[in-house]
Amino acid sequence: MKTVRVIPCLDVDDGRVVKGVNFVGLRDAGDPVELAAAYDRQGADEIVFLDITASAHDRDTIIELARHTAEEVFIPFTIGGGIRSVDDARALLRAGADKVSVGSAAVARPELVREIADEFGTQCVVVSVDAKSNGAGADGSTSWNVYVKGGREDTGIDALGWVRQVAELGVGEILLNSMDADGTKAGFDLELTRAVVDAVEMPVVASGGAGTLQHLVDGALIANADAVLAASIFHFGEHTIADAKRALLDAGVAVRPPTA
Amino acid sequence: MNGDRPLVAVLDYGIGNLRSAQKALERVGADARLTADAGLIADAAGVVLPGVGHFGTCMDQLRATGLEPPALDAIESGLPFLGICVGMQMLFEASEEAPGVPGMGVMPGTVRLLPDGIVRPQMQWNRLDVQRPSCPLLAGLTDGAWMYFVHSYAPDTDDGLVAATCDYPTPITAVVERGRLWATQFHPEKSGDAGKRLAQNFLAAVRADKCRR
Repeated sequence: MKTVRVIPCLDVDDGRVVKGVNFVGLRDAGDPVELAAAYDRQGADEIVFLDITASAHDRDTIIELARHTAEEVFIPFTIGGGIRSVDDARALLRAGADKVSVGSAAVARPELVREIADEFGTQCVVVSVDAKSNGAGADGSTSWNVYVKGGREDTGIDALGWVRQVAELGVGEILLNSMDADGTKAGFDLELTRAVVDAVEMPVVASGGAGTLQHLVDGALIANADAVLAASIFHFGEHTIADAKRALLDAGVAVRPPTA
Repeated sequence: MNGDRPLVAVLDYGIGNLRSAQKALERVGADARLTADAGLIADAAGVVLPGVGHFGTCMDQLRATGLEPPALDAIESGLPFLGICVGMQMLFEASEEAPGVPGMGVMPGTVRLLPDGIVRPQMQWNRLDVQRPSCPLLAGLTDGAWMYFVHSYAPDTDDGLVAATCDYPTPITAVVERGRLWATQFHPEKSGDAGKRLAQNFLAAVRADKCRR
């Protein structure tokens, strides 16, 4: 049975959660470990930490985050952002992270993906793909390009070709973020997500644009995503993970049942 | 040695994330040590063989670090032993992931690629279908407990050894049991409260075995 995972994403800057997080009953709403533990209690299936720390020298902070999370949280967690080498990946995995997510660094040097997979296995390598629509082509079909540097730079690489290429290199999962949908709260880019799901055999996480519980259902049912990732709808206390699970179950999507 | 916190050796042969397994055992009251020291393993009341990644890489590393003989000794002596994920797969004779690389061969059968036409790896939570409710590792978990799986291969073995399966979309071997040798294809250390219960069950078996000796 396929069960769809519900994954809250925490943006972390210099060891602190950014973007307002409004949770009842937390001692420190900026503490990523405490938030992750709260999501674990709500029944989150995994946690993604996205390290947006600007300074490259601060790897120690995020490694320390992995270490503390591994002590407090007993569901899988992924760390993305700023991973440029096998050494960066090794430090995080040895500290207790289950997966590392690489984006721009994989575009710059695709072999990095293979190197991490060779040492630690494909299951711990996630490639994050920021994709943006090129609009409909002459034949009426849509294409998407891969963007890097937080969506500011168009690489000119076709997103579907890219996910097929990284699949060959040895990747466990695609974390797909629509640059068009991200921040809109208007729902995932379902056409893009469906196209990527159909292009590869591995799991695909839909990300970018979820603003309602119905959007999560659409990501699972219409786009056939293996997991749905969201940030703001959970952080602001609008909905709990359990609400999301119940909405998915009500729509006929198999999920691990909510714990709260 | 502190009798309340039995020593559990978590075999450290230099692969990925072993810390989670150690923390999960500490959480339920074990004195869990990441170790490659044969002497410490011989003194342990229980042994855990974790594993992630590639079967061939893990087997090579287990042999390169000299940890296969102490692991086999622990199993031979009937010490409570738990293999996790690739640590389960390594107990079998071989794997389609690494043709020509022999496994430890303490469980009969071959580890096979999951069938075509499904998402590989299985990277998700799935429900256990318990085949052997008397399995002490599964005490309190016989009613469809949810566990976290990450794998593209799974053991094909004697039905008599299979304590639980999961459906993906055919029955996949999820737990095997032979005496005090247990192994799980899923990651109990990443399976929240259900995984915690399984770790408690393992530790209970470790304590019971310690009293017997």
